[in-house]
Amino acid sequence: MLDFHKNHKLLVGTALFGFLMLSTFVALVPAFQIQQTQPLPSMETFSEEELKGLHIYVQENCMSCHTQQVRNIEMDNTWGKRPSIPSDYYYSKQRQDLWRQSPSLLGSERTGPDLTDVGQRQSGMEWHLLHLYNPRIVVKESIMPSYPWLFDLKEESKIRDTDHLVPVPQEFLNSSTKKVVASQKALNLVAYLQSLKQAEMPQNTSVSFIPSSKENESFDDSDEELLPDGENLYMNNCAACHQADGSGLSGAFPPLAGSTIVNDENPETLIRIIMEGYDARPEFGVMAGFQETLSDEEIAAIVNHERSSWGNAADAVTIDEVKEIRSFVNSLK
Amino acid sequence: MYIRKFYISLLAIFVLFPKVVFAQPTPNPDTSNWLSSPGIIGTILLVVIVLVIAIFILTLKASAYFTQLQTRTERNKKIEFGERLLEMDETEIDSVLEKRKKAVSYRLSGDELGSNLEVDDSRGIIAAITHEPGNPLVDEKKKSPITIDTPFHLKKMITWYIGAAVFWLVFGTLIGQYLGLKFIWPEMDAISWLSFGRLRPVHTNAVFWGWASLAMIGLGYFVITRTSNNKLYSYKLAWYAWWLMNSSVAIGSLLLMSGVNNGGGEYREYIWPVALLFAIGMVLTFYNFYQTVAHRKIDEIYVSNWYLLGGLGWTIILVIIGYLPMYQDGLGETVIQGYYMHQGVGMWFMTFTLGLIYYYLPSSLNKPIYSYSLGVLAFWTQMLFYTLIGTHHFVFSPLPWWLQTVAIVFSAGMLIPVVAGTTNFLMTMRGSWNEITKSYVLPFFLVGVVFYFVGSAQGSLQAFRFTNFIWHFTDFNVAHSHMTMYGIITFILWACVYAILPKITGREPKQIMVGMHFWMAFIGLFAYMVSLMVGGTMKGLSWIEGKPFIESVILMQPFWLWRAIGGTLMFISHLLFAYNFFYITGNQRNPMLHPKINGPDTENRETIYPGPKNKTVTF
Repeated sequence: MLDFHKNHKLLVGTALFGFLMLSTFVALVPAFQIQQTQPLPSMETFSEEELKGLHIYVQENCMSCHTQQVRNIEMDNTWGKRPSIPSDYYYSKQRQDLWRQSPSLLGSERTGPDLTDVGQRQSGMEWHLLHLYNPRIVVKESIMPSYPWLFDLKEESKIRDTDHLVPVPQEFLNSSTKKVVASQKALNLVAYLQSLKQAEMPQNTSVSFIPSSKENESFDDSDEELLPDGENLYMNNCAACHQADGSGLSGAFPPLAGSTIVNDENPETLIRIIMEGYDARPEFGVMAGFQETLSDEEIAAIVNHERSSWGNAADAVTIDEVKEIRSFVNSLK
Repeated sequence: MYIRKFYISLLAIFVLFPKVVFAQPTPNPDTSNWLSSPGIIGTILLVVIVLVIAIFILTLKASAYFTQLQTRTERNKKIEFGERLLEMDETEIDSVLEKRKKAVSYRLSGDELGSNLEVDDSRGIIAAITHEPGNPLVDEKKKSPITIDTPFHLKKMITWYIGAAVFWLVFGTLIGQYLGLKFIWPEMDAISWLSFGRLRPVHTNAVFWGWASLAMIGLGYFVITRTSNNKLYSYKLAWYAWWLMNSSVAIGSLLLMSGVNNGGGEYREYIWPVALLFAIGMVLTFYNFYQTVAHRKIDEIYVSNWYLLGGLGWTIILVIIGYLPMYQDGLGETVIQGYYMHQGVGMWFMTFTLGLIYYYLPSSLNKPIYSYSLGVLAFWTQMLFYTLIGTHHFVFSPLPWWLQTVAIVFSAGMLIPVVAGTTNFLMTMRGSWNEITKSYVLPFFLVGVVFYFVGSAQGSLQAFRFTNFIWHFTDFNVAHSHMTMYGIITFILWACVYAILPKITGREPKQIMVGMHFWMAFIGLFAYMVSLMVGGTMKGLSWIEGKPFIESVILMQPFWLWRAIGGTLMFISHLLFAYNFFYITGNQRNPMLHPKINGPDTENRETIYPGPKNKTVTF
């Protein structure tokens, strides 16, 4: 009966049928099932601008280097406050149009950082525009491509009020008379990137990370406060704008080295800026607050790093001071 | 004795192991995912261990029984021999002893193998004799002694399929090489059509659907007609398929460069109308292959054809599932993506290439395949295990945990078809190791087969959760995919091309060029692979330590440089391959009128040995 080696109909039929059954089990059924997922109540639909931005993201195939999945292992905690869940992709992974399918946003390579929460981590528009025009303006070692075709070069005389000027430093420009203006495409893309924030989970539903096998060093109750590594935290959260050497970027981000706010004896302003963000000086880009993303210990560690590096020499702050300021900030709301 | 010890340790495992596995502090365990809980999996494993041990013990018992049987037979033989001796008379025994004495004291005189006479080859048996090999750098390899009489249409078609493949190989790897350089000089250009994101899928799709697929199908046409002992069902369909597939890759590449991308899912970046062209080509090819087998003039379907038909049929289903939209919103797309990208590699490239090995390897060695049954076992297990493992590309992702577990378990199961296949090929080569040093084809086969084992086994290990922890998202993936798509598929395809093309055109490539092609590709691949593996591991460890991301970019710089160096060697080897291809296929006026005999060189052959007309040797 099972004469596969002589009966080509039986052979091919069995092989195709078997494969189809296995595919149904391992691909079709789970795909149909997981497609039923609903969005979280706190999630919002894309604005038209953001949706267009997503399509540019796909067109330039940003997925080939950037993932958008926070895995449920501890090392991925850098990229989001909780692991990603199927609901997170409800709005972003819809079919684009007749010709193009739902984008493969999860990605398979992390040549660049994960972007799940980039809107939270990096909310400033100036930074994104500079970074897209030429990533090496803001991150010296970056190997990301530049996207000059998302920008226009205009003579100063032809710039209109509605144009969005990008403060590109002179050394990154070929022409001395022309200015860089962000095109609508660039603005859409930035709008999309800014919209990438992990939605709040409904109360108490916990999705947590699998802890790494490495035991966390236990804190002993001695007088010394053990703070996390401030330099690491600074590099992950602040250096993209203020630069690793605290020099900032003229015309976009203020320097921290030698800054009076950083070196002030009273650290209150500095800590409040970190928590609440800053938009008081028109010549610099807007800074977002880190109240939600950074803990008191982390803020204290960053502040101490900033106050003791690049020639700065101010006293260290304690966790209690940070706590006090946080409760004060909260009371203002 | 040691069996008892074994039982004791087994008992110990049974008593101790569950405690380790089940000792979990959770007060209220979640029962919804019971199948994927470590306890259940552990239990299943334990049951399997018991099963394995039962089989082990059974084997021991059986072996003891057979030994006993054997000793009994031997004892009987001895008794018989003694009785025969007793029955012999004295003179008989004396003559036997005398003979034996002479045999023992015999010595060679020393000149049995030669004499002082001068050599005279009056019948012209010795054809080529030289004391000065053509080049001083590499070994002189054996020339391909046999020319195969191939129908002109088939020959032309195979040549064009492989020719197109060669073009896509050079094009696709030129792009790949350019991309590799961008890791070192990100500012190489600022042209949208050449930006990294857009070019990456151009590279992968061109080498997948252009190079490997077309070369495979072209080589497959020869196998399918040869082993069916019949001519091809339809040349016309084959040509339609050629045009469809080539235009699909050409249009697809242009669209990707202009920014039209289906959604970035790997290997399905072509939008559906473009993929449809390719799919129609595949359907035509499948129909053509199937009909050729259906009209075969021998009873049995050779095992190669199982793989060729399976690969084509499965891939058609796969492409349809990959492109239908009904279940691809939200993470549905991701489930399909894992399935699609792994099966694209496993059900198409690997399956079809295995089919090619089952024909071209034994025929190059001029002996049958070691075991037909192993080939059949590998075929069915390939279908069962390979189909289920796609989700191992998304371990720790938000996809269902059970799907990830299935993928990991069956990834380990992949060792069965891999070991079966590797054993089969190596056992076929066994006893012919000598041939490998003399042939310019077999080294390619050997490298391909070794990578088949190493690359696949490494892939299975990479699917485990712990290894995913370190390697996922790093450049290690890139190393793995080149180890398999290049080390296995491409090397085997080269082996097959060098095995068959000279035989059907009657023109041998220059050996030094083939040698250089081999060594540059091999060394290049090695540099590429090792640098990215080491770099990828260091990158993963740096992430686990929680160092700033940009540090992992900086630490990769030297490894990316080595990758580019390896890539350059690989690319140059492809240019040599293209040269060899043109050398083999070019300028073949009436090659069939003068079948190739083992002659001194191609140019003088005709004058020295005017071959008999239209009389060709076939194998």
